[in-house]
Amino acid sequence: MMKGRVHKYARDNIDTDVIIPGPYLKIMDHNELAKHAMEGIDREFVKKVKKGDFILAGRNFGCGSSREHAPIALSYAGISAVLALSFARIFYRNAVDGAYLLPIEIGEDAYNGIEDGDELEIDIERNEVRNISKGKVYAMRPFPPLIKRIVDAGGLFNYTPE
Amino acid sequence: MCGMTITEKILARASNRERVTAGDVVFASVDKVMVHDVSGPGVMMVLRELERKGKRVERVWDPDRVWIAEDHFVPAVDKIAAENIITLERMSERFGIKKHFRYGLGQYGICHTLSHEEAMVLPGEVYVGGDSHTNTTGALGCFATGMGHTDIAYVLIHGKIWFRVPETLLFRLEGHIPPYIMAKDIILKIIGDNGTDVANYKAMQFAGSAVAEMPMDERFTLTNMTTEAGAKNGIIEPDERTIAYVKERTDRPFKALKGDDDAEYEEVFTYEVDELEPIVAKPYSPANIAYARELNSVEIDRAYIGSCTGAKYTDLLEAARILKGRKAKVRLEVLPASQSIYMKALKDGLLSIFLEAGAVIGPPTCGACCGAHMGVLAKDEVCVSTTNRNFPGRMGHVESKTYLASPKVVAASAVTGRITDPRDVADG
Ligand code: SF4
Repeated sequence: MMKGRVHKYARDNIDTDVIIPGPYLKIMDHNELAKHAMEGIDREFVKKVKKGDFILAGRNFGCGSSREHAPIALSYAGISAVLALSFARIFYRNAVDGAYLLPIEIGEDAYNGIEDGDELEIDIERNEVRNISKGKVYAMRPFPPLIKRIVDAGGLFNYTPE
Repeated sequence: MCGMTITEKILARASNRERVTAGDVVFASVDKVMVHDVSGPGVMMVLRELERKGKRVERVWDPDRVWIAEDHFVPAVDKIAAENIITLERMSERFGIKKHFRYGLGQYGICHTLSHEEAMVLPGEVYVGGDSHTNTTGALGCFATGMGHTDIAYVLIHGKIWFRVPETLLFRLEGHIPPYIMAKDIILKIIGDNGTDVANYKAMQFAGSAVAEMPMDERFTLTNMTTEAGAKNGIIEPDERTIAYVKERTDRPFKALKGDDDAEYEEVFTYEVDELEPIVAKPYSPANIAYARELNSVEIDRAYIGSCTGAKYTDLLEAARILKGRKAKVRLEVLPASQSIYMKALKDGLLSIFLEAGAVIGPPTCGACCGAHMGVLAKDEVCVSTTNRNFPGRMGHVESKTYLASPKVVAASAVTGRITDPRDVADG
């Protein structure tokens, strides 16, 4: 069970260049990368984010480059899950295979109903997103079976294919 | 039961199955894997982490299937970039990787250009690269897709990785390509019409008479920008031109595959290319398209001819045709995508055309395409560019503006200082 506050960016196509701008790609230090998370969209982000927090966004979150720096920067900045209407494929697999954070697909109801600063609880066993601040419960899209097994194993390197 | 697409056939072969269908999850063997100066050091970081947990990686599964490019931050832009290059040197030494293209040591260049120029990847293969535009190489008729460095590290050790077999969207490009149109206009039109996530998790396949008449360089522009439509892979079934292109470059055997006649496509889109007009994508999305002529009042500060999308030999040639005997009105930067393209452009006189037009010529590098160096943009600067992305900050300051266009449009715009349809400058 994960619990935290949500940082809402009500827009689609939040790309990897705004999550972690290109010039930082040469940086391999995870904590250093974290200092620049979301710099292209919100310079205050790293100041307000707390460990375990969530990001909420629209469609195609993480589109653009294959830079694993994107989920790394968010994860080391404290983000434990991103809730979005949909994800770009490489961001999704990087997040899961590297076990940096959980990409949670939600529906329009949750996207519209959850506001910036709300406190949420995410339960990936029951596939629920609970908005504690507003007393509402939303369904999340269950992980496909393989993804769930990799998540449960703690990343691709800990997962043994059957 | 219907047949398989080329993507399904390759993944079936690689996962030792009779057949696979879109939606299946397979662990497939990988034929080739690539890292560059961003993803290579990332991979080494993953390996170090494994080592810290007591699992030292002594060898990669097959060093002859791994190759390395130096492209993003080369020539080393600063101390960190220089260290990353040394990390790559150590990586190839430690694992016995022979195909390492080092800058300043003969042939080198942008990974997605070398992949086909040097026949690093062959038709029918499964190819994964630590870069999102790995899709480019699919124009050879292989399954080519980009991944992050954890996945690439996994492939280096195990030679396998999981894939969800993608549905295929088929784009039929029919008719003949008018002389002022390039593959860039076509792919921008497709992305503009259908959105930057139309192909999310899916394959984008191109076919039709217009594809058949395209030189390979142009086909690579189509598959390159499938990434901007979210695609897992872009692919074109190999034809005689593909086979000839590969055979000119290697003696290694390969088995070209094609889809079945009764293969199932999730959706078929048809474009008549005769009717197309030069297209430009405005800031801040490759889908934000307009006709070049509609943007004729947009004044530009820079014209950039570079990247894996727009600095192949054909791109330079088409730009040079327009620039010949003319002067650029705005700063013009030309960065050939590889050393061999650079040399061919030198021998064929293209470089003098650029220099006489007033351009600065840079070394092969990703350069400003990813905002790294070599012509990055200042606040409010406006650039028309042959690259593939124009997100905020992509080529420099978050408030700079990049317009994506074909090499012809970029060259014509350099001449007038405004976004210009190549037909509106003579010989365009
Ligand atoms: S040229 Fe640009 S798009 Fe191509 S690999 Fe380099 S950074 Fe990526």
